[in-house]
Amino acid sequence: MSIAYQIVVCGSIVPDPLQTLTPVTGPTGPGLKNEMMLPAWLDPWAGHALYEAAHLAKNQPGSKVWLVSLGPKAKLQQVMMTVAQKVPFELIALDGAAGGFTDAAETAAALAEAIAALPGLDRSKLLVFGGWESASRGAGATLQILAEHLGITDVFMGVDELKVEADGTLEILERIEGGRHQVSRCSGAPAVLGWATGNLPEPKNNPQIGMTNMRGVMPALQKARSVTVGATGVTFAEVVLPQQQRQTRIVKDAAPDDIAREIVDWIKQ
Amino acid sequence: METILFLAHTEADGTLAPAALEALGTATSLNTSLANARFIVGLLGENVTPAAQQIASCGAAKFLGVSGADFAPARYASDATAAAALCQAAEATLVVAPATSRFNRCLPGVAQRVGGRADTHVTQVRATADQVSVSRWYYRQRMEGTHTRTQRPWFILVDPGTHPAWTGAAATVAVEPVAVTLEDAAKRTTVTGFRTPAADAQTIRPDASLLLVAGAGWTKKQADGQTHVPEAEQLILDFLRLTRASLGSTKSLVDLGGEGQAVLSFLSHLNQIGQTGATPRHPKGLSTCCHGEEPHTVGWRFINERRAISLDPNCSWARGKADVLYVADAFAVMRKVNELLAA
Repeated sequence: MSIAYQIVVCGSIVPDPLQTLTPVTGPTGPGLKNEMMLPAWLDPWAGHALYEAAHLAKNQPGSKVWLVSLGPKAKLQQVMMTVAQKVPFELIALDGAAGGFTDAAETAAALAEAIAALPGLDRSKLLVFGGWESASRGAGATLQILAEHLGITDVFMGVDELKVEADGTLEILERIEGGRHQVSRCSGAPAVLGWATGNLPEPKNNPQIGMTNMRGVMPALQKARSVTVGATGVTFAEVVLPQQQRQTRIVKDAAPDDIAREIVDWIKQ
Repeated sequence: METILFLAHTEADGTLAPAALEALGTATSLNTSLANARFIVGLLGENVTPAAQQIASCGAAKFLGVSGADFAPARYASDATAAAALCQAAEATLVVAPATSRFNRCLPGVAQRVGGRADTHVTQVRATADQVSVSRWYYRQRMEGTHTRTQRPWFILVDPGTHPAWTGAAATVAVEPVAVTLEDAAKRTTVTGFRTPAADAQTIRPDASLLLVAGAGWTKKQADGQTHVPEAEQLILDFLRLTRASLGSTKSLVDLGGEGQAVLSFLSHLNQIGQTGATPRHPKGLSTCCHGEEPHTVGWRFINERRAISLDPNCSWARGKADVLYVADAFAVMRKVNELLAA
């Protein structure tokens, strides 16, 4: 039985992990120094969710993938130039803050509103994907709150594998403690899945997909609705960088035997 | 006045895991610090009596429980229903819970359901007589923030390994049952089992005192111009067998596996440490064949003593990220380390 899913991937942008991040406090709370100047990427776990969504859509004829992305419009445009070349999707852009110091509840509310407003949305076919945590806030909370807004009660986090069985049920592997996976069987959509890394490599850039996607991406960015996302009710006392800088002892020109002895002594301490 | 609810789920044997006892330690400490606080325990699981007895002397005014076969598996719909019922029965304003995979999955949704807010991955909880603040990390362990909240109920999910575990005597205690009826819609999902690597292939050991990280250098050409992947595998597995260390990996090494290259066969994305991987907690960490760049070392935030073996004296480990950097060939060093450990 082939089901044409409506797959909505929630994913935003994060600063390039190689950039040095410095917290600053502004009138609305903490943020990053030169935040708008930092090069941005699609959030890595959200990226995995997007690739898994495209893979599922390819295997389930008639399925469609939306990418609902909340972030500053200019930064979204920059990131979409690359992401749009990876897999086919339709962008729904929301213009608002995507920093780590916003509240997951406010982000989720904005995303839920955008998803509920999708034309032709059929909840019996709806799968909401996203990263199980972001590389900014790292709360791992947005998707569950989103699920509550949408009235979806089948939620899976840390997902590494999704299989659609012949009868339409979903078999899902979620990461749990100790390097293990919990295996669940869900009777079908609607469901919310927060992806960990999954099993798919990052797709290579495909200019043809990019051309097709960009026809929709630019208008979506132009009509991106402005949303206010902050952290109402939260007062930050401080945001600091870890001060721990180690005085590294560099051992050069030592024989492997001597190094090995030192390491073994250290392990046994 | 705050009403503190310590919320926990039981393990398969009906008792509480160490992570839950750590969260209980945090809850009891809050109860001591806050003026006029009420302290209630809420438990969910198939049978909550053993857990209640285990923590009977924690000072709670009341023990509430949701139990039954429907609440044995870690499933969002049933867990969220039970947790929400416990919060409402306790009239909780502060909910302290362990950040286990089970509660990370459901409690943010429960907070939304009961009109509250949740903070996950909390590493520190402080309280004065009338104010609670929590600390957690942002941008993948690159900066730490401390904040307070006005919303209630406020769910605080305490990361395992960050707080001392509660200890106390077991005793008999009465658990007040909270009735919860699950709709059919809450049973659409069935937990069918678990996948665990075979005992000798299980390289992730959260309780290990040592983390060994393997970097991509293990699979690169060595001084003789050849790769030595089978030897690398054997050296790493021997080391893990001899030390019972946990194995981590860099993203690049794990990704090589996903691209079909011949790499260390026992590695998966679950071993990945760093920006898009885990941030484990171990007293010691030994990095091998890895440059220690920032996207990787953010995963080392909670490793106390750090040593690295790398051929590059200018790698990032040398710039204040490791306590000791051995500039050496990891093959030669680890071969000898294994010999010494086996002796």
